[in-house]
Amino acid sequence: MSDKPLLRIINLKKRFGDKVVLDGISFDLNKGETKVIIGPSGTGKSTLLKSINRLVVPDEGEIWLGDTEIVRCKNINAIRQQIGYVFQDFGLFNHLTALENVMIGLTKVKKIPKKEALERARYELNRVGLSGIEDLYPAQLSGGQKQRVAIARALAMDPKLMLFDEPTSALDPELIGEVLAVMQELAESNMTMLVVSHEMGFARSVSDEIIFIEDGKIVEQAPPEKMFKDPENPRTREFLFKLSELYGEG
Amino acid sequence: MLDFFELVQKSLPTLLEGTFVTIKLTILILALGLVLGLIIAFFQTYGNKPVRLLAGIYDRIFRSVPELVLLLLVFYGLPNIGFRLSPFYAAVLALGLRSAAYMAQIFRGSFMSVGSDQLTAAYSLGMGEYKAFIYVIFPQAIRAFIPPFANEYAIILKDTSLAYAIGVVELLRHGQYIIAVEYKPLPIFLVIAAIYFVLTFGVARLLKMLENKLKIPGIGV
Amino acid sequence: MSEFLRQFMIVDIFVTNFGTLMQGLVFTFELAIVSMVFGTIFGVLLALGRSFGTRLLSWLCTAYIEIIRGTPLLAQLFILYFALPPYGIRLSAITVAFLGFTLNSAAYQAEYTRGSIEAVGEDQYMAAYSLGMSSWQTIIYVVLPQAIRWSIPAWTNELIYLLKSTSIAYVIGAPDLLTQGKFIASRNYQFFRVYLIVALIYLVIVLAAARLIGKIEKKIEIPGFGYTKNQR
Repeated sequence: MSDKPLLRIINLKKRFGDKVVLDGISFDLNKGETKVIIGPSGTGKSTLLKSINRLVVPDEGEIWLGDTEIVRCKNINAIRQQIGYVFQDFGLFNHLTALENVMIGLTKVKKIPKKEALERARYELNRVGLSGIEDLYPAQLSGGQKQRVAIARALAMDPKLMLFDEPTSALDPELIGEVLAVMQELAESNMTMLVVSHEMGFARSVSDEIIFIEDGKIVEQAPPEKMFKDPENPRTREFLFKLSELYGEG
Repeated sequence: MLDFFELVQKSLPTLLEGTFVTIKLTILILALGLVLGLIIAFFQTYGNKPVRLLAGIYDRIFRSVPELVLLLLVFYGLPNIGFRLSPFYAAVLALGLRSAAYMAQIFRGSFMSVGSDQLTAAYSLGMGEYKAFIYVIFPQAIRAFIPPFANEYAIILKDTSLAYAIGVVELLRHGQYIIAVEYKPLPIFLVIAAIYFVLTFGVARLLKMLENKLKIPGIGV
Repeated sequence: MSEFLRQFMIVDIFVTNFGTLMQGLVFTFELAIVSMVFGTIFGVLLALGRSFGTRLLSWLCTAYIEIIRGTPLLAQLFILYFALPPYGIRLSAITVAFLGFTLNSAAYQAEYTRGSIEAVGEDQYMAAYSLGMSSWQTIIYVVLPQAIRWSIPAWTNELIYLLKSTSIAYVIGAPDLLTQGKFIASRNYQFFRVYLIVALIYLVIVLAAARLIGKIEKKIEIPGFGYTKNQR
């Protein structure tokens, strides 16, 4: 394995109309690392994550997944199969049961035989602590269960990288823990993860680095100890203070 | 192509005459449907049990029996029990009775779309039933009324063509008369279709504009 | 008994002409069901073309849907039946009925289906793309199955509508229930009684169909797919 990062983002720019959403973002993510992105709402965190999966097409810049450049690559579907994406609003397919949700990527995209896919889907659901709900439809699941099914669905595709876009912000407070526990376990098993989240407890205990983004720019990035104890930039200080006021110490 | 325009020019006056009959039919059916529909809706809402039951039976019958069967029953059948109507009024009666069943539902739907909290709020301001209706309920209900009404209008307009079957000389039959002489059915039918299209689509657009004009933020219809 | 009331004694005529009436009823069912099935298939294709086709295809599908919905069914049947023979296309009344009702129903079903397609949220597309699905895979495996579920009530309503509206085939003489009724009445001159019988048969089959469909819908319901009824 070379020392090349798994994900390298170079000078990413995106504007919607007059509004500059990403204004020259660059950072690396190495294999096995977890980085957490924080920042005020509407400052491009989601757009950044979507760009990595090219659900949004950046105006400028490069995104490298290993040796493949994503922004201008030909076969984006092949790339997307290697990147797991977990949405804020779950994105479960409403017409499929939990099990079928996990299976559909395997059978229809990866063309894995049904029997094998079934086994794998069961395994992944079990891994996120959801055995026994296989045949329920999304409308019958709690928010925490939905999000865990979504994570299982992403994991089943054997991704090199997992992107989490505010995975707990649509959840009732008492359900956040079960999702964070799954994510923590995942990070500890050396999955490479990029997480947009304001769960500071999670960031502190799991992440290798925290990236603070404001107005489309990286204001500061540092390991959690440094970030929480001694942030360099006054804006970071201010934001973290506001967060702790809103969410407690976490 | 020249032939086509000449033919259209020659037959347009006759077709417009038919269009006039079609519009007259539509307006009368709408009027009968609205008045009778309002009465039925009133009975369904405020009537005692037998009255509500009767209104319910009316609703079932006129929603289930095809328009054309109603037309034939009224025009050919009623003379057997002593009522003789001209084709034109037979069409107004048959299609009007049918429309009333749908109109009643539209009335009820649009009034029920106004929540009971609105009425409570109006009462709490000291409004009487009458004032609450005029100032609070009606202005909201009318907005919910327009889209289904527009739909019903288009249905009635298209259904008037069925009056052809009992010999009403409306747009379609005027067209058949011209065809009998000229034997150019396609161009004539296309013009007829275009007239119907303008009448349904054009009026639908107008009602849509009215709907948008009356639209209040936050009240989805 | 007065003559008025005697006109409501219909059992005799019903029994005498039972066979003829049932022949008509069978044709009515055939016409409605066949038009429904092919109309659904064509309608879904139209809706897909309109929502996901190229600009030209989308425009063509829209034009078709709007023109059919904006003109009377009877005019459409007349075009097929009377306006095509001068160009060498001579269709029987029965063929015109099947073709006409299918083409007409397709436009309405396309409109319902389009509504359902639009009801499928952006998040469903995003999730599908994020798994690496292509646009077509997304439409076929994610959007369409959901849109179809949303459309079921509209489609079943359409079947009931077709059961009624196929009576219009009478005007071109296709042998449906109403045409058979007219045939009977033109022999016995009992117009009121015969058409009353026909009306009652329609009443019974429409109410029965509505009830049956309601039961089936309940059976196949998927949690999270509440039903809204379309009316036409």
